Amino acid sequence: MASKKELLVAQKRELEKKEETTIPARIFVPNADIYETKDGLNVVLEMPGVDKNSVDVRVEDNVLKVDGKLDFSKYRGLQPLYTEYNVGHFSRSFRLSGKIDQNKIGAELKDGVLSLVLPLTEKAKPRAIQVN
Amino acid sequence: MIMGFADPFDTLLDLQRSLEATLANDWLQDLTTSRGPFPPINVFQQGDDILAIIELPGVSKSDLQIEAKENSIRIFGKKAVDYPEEASLHRRERVSGEFDRTLSFPVQIEADGIKAEFRDGILAVFLPRAESDKPRNIKIT
Repeated sequence: MASKKELLVAQKRELEKKEETTIPARIFVPNADIYETKDGLNVVLEMPGVDKNSVDVRVEDNVLKVDGKLDFSKYRGLQPLYTEYNVGHFSRSFRLSGKIDQNKIGAELKDGVLSLVLPLTEKAKPRAIQVN
Repeated sequence: MIMGFADPFDTLLDLQRSLEATLANDWLQDLTTSRGPFPPINVFQQGDDILAIIELPGVSKSDLQIEAKENSIRIFGKKAVDYPEEASLHRRERVSGEFDRTLSFPVQIEADGIKAEFRDGILAVFLPRAESDKPRNIKIT
């Protein structure tokens, strides 16, 4: 009977690390959307509070790794009264298939959302076959 | 420093989640939209004043509105997640829709002094405590 479906808060998932970290901060897995168009894959990640200069996107051994560092200095001197979410850095990796052209990956950050464009190699693009 | 920062958060979060779980059941209820859980809000004290920090990744500034009244603020708007038409979705974790939340404060807020800043998907609302509400020293004669 609720008139409108309410937006639910996605609980932040903490990253299960393979290595131990040396900095005392939490790392969360950013929420991601992945969709495919005819030109390639698009990966959209939500990293609120991360600015353009603190994002690190790299490809190593066919693994795309995205790191977003949060600036904690803004929280200095603040006394928490009421909290609903935790803050921390962001990190997530994706294994790429051979169909992705790794040299042409594009990235754009806007309003805390990082959009990555992973174009398909020319070989992997769908093509129409002429029938003679 | 950040270690010490994370722990009181956890304790508060756990307590709040269990409290909210008792309220969260909307079975056969026509709730007002002002009690939705989205967006998540953190409230901090900064000296005498209050700072509310809200995570709204992917919301554009033009879709976001804030209203202030006496000792409460209302944050409402919509979050859109768009895909191109011919796209096939592989994974979908981001949520979209309309949201509407009202926060009440136990202190009087100076409505004219409220400042809001939206950057990188984080909304920070600075709420100065009203001068008339601040405690004052009484001189003993």
